[in-house]
Amino acid sequence: MQEASAPQAQQGHHGPPEGFIRKYVFSLDHKVIGKQYYGLALVAVFIGMTLSWLMRYHLIYPNGKIFGLELLSKVGAPGGVMTPEYYLSLMTMHGTLMVFFVLTNAPFAAFGNYFLPIQIGAEDMAFPRFNMMSFWVTLVAFLVLVTAFFIPDGPPISGWTAYAPLSAVGTDAGPGLGWGQNLWGLSIAIFCVGSLLGSLNFIATTLDLRAKGMTLMRMPLCTWAWFITACISLLAFAVLLPACLLLVLDRMAGTSFFIPAGLVVSDRLQAHAGGSPLLWQHLFWFFGHPEVYIAILPAMGIVSHILINSIRRPLLSAKVIIYSMMSIGFLSYMVWGHHMFVSGMNPFSSLMFSFPTLTITIPATVMTLIWLGSLYGARIRFTSASLFALGFISMFVSGGVSGFFLAQPSIDIYLHATYFVVGHFHMVMGVAAIFGVFAGTYFWFPKMTGRMMSEGLGKVHFWFTFIGTYCIFMPFHYLGLAGNVRRYSSFVDDFLLPLMPVHRFITIAALITGAAQFIFLYNLIHSRFRGKVAPVNPWEATSLEWTIPSPPPWNNFGDRHPVVYHDPHQYGVKGSLGDYVMQDSPEKIENES
Amino acid sequence: MSESNLSTGGHAAYMEESPYAIPSRKLTMWLFIISDAVTFGALLFAYGYVRAASPDWPAPFKFSPSILNVMIMTVILITSSLTMLGAVDAAKAGDKPKTMRFLFSTMLLGAIFAGLHLREWMGLIHEGVRLFQNPWGSSLFGATFFSITGLHLLHVISGIVALAVIARGYSRGSLSAGHVETTGLYWHFVDVVWMFVVPMVYLLNIAR
Repeated sequence: MQEASAPQAQQGHHGPPEGFIRKYVFSLDHKVIGKQYYGLALVAVFIGMTLSWLMRYHLIYPNGKIFGLELLSKVGAPGGVMTPEYYLSLMTMHGTLMVFFVLTNAPFAAFGNYFLPIQIGAEDMAFPRFNMMSFWVTLVAFLVLVTAFFIPDGPPISGWTAYAPLSAVGTDAGPGLGWGQNLWGLSIAIFCVGSLLGSLNFIATTLDLRAKGMTLMRMPLCTWAWFITACISLLAFAVLLPACLLLVLDRMAGTSFFIPAGLVVSDRLQAHAGGSPLLWQHLFWFFGHPEVYIAILPAMGIVSHILINSIRRPLLSAKVIIYSMMSIGFLSYMVWGHHMFVSGMNPFSSLMFSFPTLTITIPATVMTLIWLGSLYGARIRFTSASLFALGFISMFVSGGVSGFFLAQPSIDIYLHATYFVVGHFHMVMGVAAIFGVFAGTYFWFPKMTGRMMSEGLGKVHFWFTFIGTYCIFMPFHYLGLAGNVRRYSSFVDDFLLPLMPVHRFITIAALITGAAQFIFLYNLIHSRFRGKVAPVNPWEATSLEWTIPSPPPWNNFGDRHPVVYHDPHQYGVKGSLGDYVMQDSPEKIENES
Repeated sequence: MSESNLSTGGHAAYMEESPYAIPSRKLTMWLFIISDAVTFGALLFAYGYVRAASPDWPAPFKFSPSILNVMIMTVILITSSLTMLGAVDAAKAGDKPKTMRFLFSTMLLGAIFAGLHLREWMGLIHEGVRLFQNPWGSSLFGATFFSITGLHLLHVISGIVALAVIARGYSRGSLSAGHVETTGLYWHFVDVVWMFVVPMVYLLNIAR
């Protein structure tokens, strides 16, 4: 891992791109790289969503034929009917694609790459070449992962958490655990390297490349969120990388880190001894819990940024939001054991992990209260972006409240392996973060492409998605309380049959909500070419990205070196432009803190 | 510390001061070191975890040749850190021939370390130690031994390659003393990691 070998007169400086390849493919421009990440996340999210459709359909029609599925896997879907094992394969791929390639890539890598340098007044990232590499490494990880669809055995069945020993023992335990699981382990290990490169870049850029006057406390809240996220991911992926390598060693070199002695699978004694499945869970969740915050913190930042703009006044306290995000980042490393309450871990450890888990709800609650308190009495400008920002808060609260229950081992033991947990993390981590991405997309699309998105379609998209996701995930909690176990491919047991109407309702809601996402896709593509031409600052916002043309030139600020005079929260003040003052405007503001 | 002859990470007059008075490149190396330390930490944690859980953990290292060999390797690695310090000092002073001499000795010492290490590996493999078995006890002894020392050895070898690239660039004038210093940070880090590996992997497993 060596630094760029050519001396640079100024960090992050490079000439204008020449030729198609340097401009759009192997581009050093952080804006192009951000768009590439966004594109990758878009591909991944539509694959992931299609997989969830297939799973939902199978849950209510366990013997139903799915047209074309046989072409994807003859073994997994003979005659188009999904086998229980193939259901688990699709679930694994849904989780892995969504967590790694959507929730990590879209809010953090995509928007962060595009806007972090601009918001601090920099020309580019500190190490453009590393930046380019981080995207291409991530793309390789993606390709390695989706290759698992096309091998005879299909993708692994061990879930996105790849719990050992199931993930470690090999084909004896089921389909997909041969090369499918190997590809999974290698893909995630590669992904870790890409994330590491990205995090290094984000941190160095934020600390070193700020424009004159852009003190740390004057950075927009989303810049703060990306910075803190980069710090979290620098350490989290550093643990997942060796964990994946050990898993691959277990599978390919015959070691037994995660496989205990005397394990009999499919009537065969496994030739492994001495390892511990719990070790995998410890290593995985030491990464896995911070990963939750890697997904949600950028969304929190983006939403705060957009919210200030749409309520036209500062939040009750931007500083407290920053400190809350920092404490969440710090605490995120102390709570991993709360994923392991039912793992057979010492119950005393459960208690030790329960306490910091309940503590981490304090900064999250403080942030929520700040958002809600700031909304009180505000005259909100309702745009698609602000609607999705409000939707984020709603999802975060609704999904977060169930976290209080799950944080307590005595309750979690009953709820852990049920749909209650599935509902909890889909709302608070999945949908909430995706709402942050939608909000960011509607807000920044004009800057990224130079064209406005259709607000009408955006609002239709919002209401379908907002109501739809509640219809899908709220009943999950009910199912979980009723004892509906997760990871089953069909519910034919007596005690589960009465719950089938709920499942049918959820599946219909999922199909409709999923279909509504094509409105977004259409809006995205159509507006890209046919949208209204965007002005420099369509939302009358204060931060630096709105001082440069839409779309920005390759070097962001041209030959200009922006100078910053204010924090980005100067709304509701008298300025020469109206009720706000841009960060780089030298005009004086009365009573500026 | 004077950074006047180094590229200072773009801190032109139109930019805000960095909170750390070091170039971006050096900052990033520190960040990488933190991240890499966590990676080694995870491996050592895994090792401690399975070792504590195994009743039949072997203790095969005799003073001669194993521990003696490790002590020699340790002395060599520490000495290479000293020569690396010499190279950084000479580069800062602008003394090119002296820098090259020190860089070359660092690489040489690193190569001797790697050679001794590989010889030790060959000896253990000859005795029947594999990733998945060994003649003495828990199969995880070989797995943890080879993966931890292997990752460290990989770091040493990439360090040697990095030093070669830096030395070439520095002698041609395309790389600065800052590059030498940053690579030095990495080299010292690899040295420090070894200081954790020796007690945990070797000294805890001395034959009684």
